[in-house]
Amino acid sequence: MRLSPKLVSLSVLALLALVAPMFFPSGFYYRIGALIFINGLAVTGLVILIGYAGQISLGHAGFAGIGAYACALAPVHLGLPPALAVVLGAALSAGLAWVVGRPILKLQGYYLAVATLGLGILISMVLTNESQWTRGPDGISVPDLGLRGVLADMGWRLTAGQFWYWFSALVLFIGAWLALNLHDSPTGRALRALHGSEVAARTVGVDVARLKLNAFVISAVYASVSGSLLAMMNRFVTPEIAGFMHSVEMVVMAVLGGVGSVLGAIFGAAILTALPQALTMFHEYEKLLLGAVMILVMIFLREGLLPSILRRFRGKEE
Amino acid sequence: MSLLQVEGVGIAFGGIKAVDDVSFAVKPGEIVSVIGPNGAGKTTLFNMISGIYLPGAGRVMLDGQDVTGLAPHRLAERGLSRTFQNLQIFQAMSVLDNAMAGHHLRERSSVLADLLGLPASRRRTRATRASALQLLERVGLTRAAFREASALSYGALKRLEIARALALEPRILLLDEPAAGCNAVETEEIDRLIAEIAAAGTAILLVEHDMKLVMRISGHIVVLDHGVKIAEGDPAKVSRDPKVIAAYLGTDAAAASREEGADADG
Ligand SMILES: Nc1ncnc2c1ncn2[C@@H]1O[C@H](COP(=O)(O)OP(=O)(O)OP(=O)(O)O)[C@@H](O)[C@H]1O
Ligand SMILES: [Mg+2]
Repeated sequence: MRLSPKLVSLSVLALLALVAPMFFPSGFYYRIGALIFINGLAVTGLVILIGYAGQISLGHAGFAGIGAYACALAPVHLGLPPALAVVLGAALSAGLAWVVGRPILKLQGYYLAVATLGLGILISMVLTNESQWTRGPDGISVPDLGLRGVLADMGWRLTAGQFWYWFSALVLFIGAWLALNLHDSPTGRALRALHGSEVAARTVGVDVARLKLNAFVISAVYASVSGSLLAMMNRFVTPEIAGFMHSVEMVVMAVLGGVGSVLGAIFGAAILTALPQALTMFHEYEKLLLGAVMILVMIFLREGLLPSILRRFRGKEE
Repeated sequence: MSLLQVEGVGIAFGGIKAVDDVSFAVKPGEIVSVIGPNGAGKTTLFNMISGIYLPGAGRVMLDGQDVTGLAPHRLAERGLSRTFQNLQIFQAMSVLDNAMAGHHLRERSSVLADLLGLPASRRRTRATRASALQLLERVGLTRAAFREASALSYGALKRLEIARALALEPRILLLDEPAAGCNAVETEEIDRLIAEIAAAGTAILLVEHDMKLVMRISGHIVVLDHGVKIAEGDPAKVSRDPKVIAAYLGTDAAAASREEGADADG
């Protein structure tokens, strides 16, 4: 019997998250783990947009920015509990993606890349310039989620690092589960079909514009929640979270690991999150090395790291 | 009443008329072929009928309703489905997934149910999978079901496109050179398949260069040359038409018509 890819991916993810802490030399590593999961969440959203539907976005950090600043501002100005601020941020991101996605997703390839890039830059400019609300480029503090305190009251005491590790692992697990459900569903098939051939997808009845918009909105929500988590973990956020570099980072993580598969993309997020930490000793060469790794992957392992590695293993079996 | 009615359609690219004032009709369950030399405008005509190009002139009527300029997915909803001369396969998907994708309109699923993997969504996928496997069996691709589509031979991909188009349960099916690049055995298969589909009540509009195939299965033939309809009628009439023979001079239509003449003599 064949195990379903969904079950395998989710088991691997859960197992790694559960086992990894046994090898952490210090508490600091929980934070890196959490960072991997939070980036993995945004990247999982991009798997739906880029990997399934074949549409590029170079502006998704903008939605992370919206999610982050919702958590910074809504509790203070609207008196919302932080958990609801996450929901508000996601709703705002979804709404914006829906409104902007309509005209933008008519574009293809490079044009779509440039248009989404513009969207991201616009959001980051608003966050930078509306300083009476956002305090501008210096950044702003973010209220605590409060869940850790609740857990402590229940007798489950965790350090901040531990809490964010387990909490973001849980959120990523849910996000991966949703994305994997989608893959083999009617909607997922239609998305992958329009990726393969837009004209053929249309002739089998796929409303291409509507489906692209769905993928864009869903991936925006992933990015938004990822931004919310990042801001709440750091208790601080600057407009850089919405910046171009962050958008590019997300796409590169997804493509590096293998944008067609959820597990692959998360693997990419893990490598590109962990590597700079390991490379801090070569600080000056960090970007250089990353660039070199990326070029090599694109030349030799175009499907991304994980699918290429798996294929090689399967090739040996046959 | 005719199922599909094409009324004086035409289109020009950069001032050059690719199709000019073409009219014909297809009745339910009928096999109509469009033939003509390379570049005659057959594929362009298909693209206008299936909503991929907007005709510069004329109308396309489906079931007596004007469907000119309707988007392809709207035409699919009305029972028109097609295959492509230059394969349009979902390459990165499995053969089964390709056939399943053809069921899109019958699934009517909500994004939320699909994300959450609700029982209703999974039930639909199971039903689709069962139907897709049946279609693959019908076109002889059962054994390839779990392979990646890009690994299949050209002839197999042609049949996969037919399976995908059949998944819509169309009332009219447009086939653009389904036997091109196929060997004799595969052509025989496709011949049989087309006859079966028509026998089950689906009208077929066929573009095909294999004249033997066309003459054998068509009830009605439309001949295009340089975008203009130069002849129309049943196979016997068309194959004797001097204009048709002239347009095809030296190609296999002339050969086919000679053969037919020989058959009649013998
Ligand atoms: N999108 C387009 N832009 C410009 N010219 C086009 C376009 N589509 C078709 N043509 C031209 O229209 C004419 C008819 O082409 P079409 O593909 O319809 O011919 P065909 O009868 O299908 O030929 P074949 O038997 O080779 O498939 C050709 O001269 C072609 O170059
Ligand atoms: Mg053609």
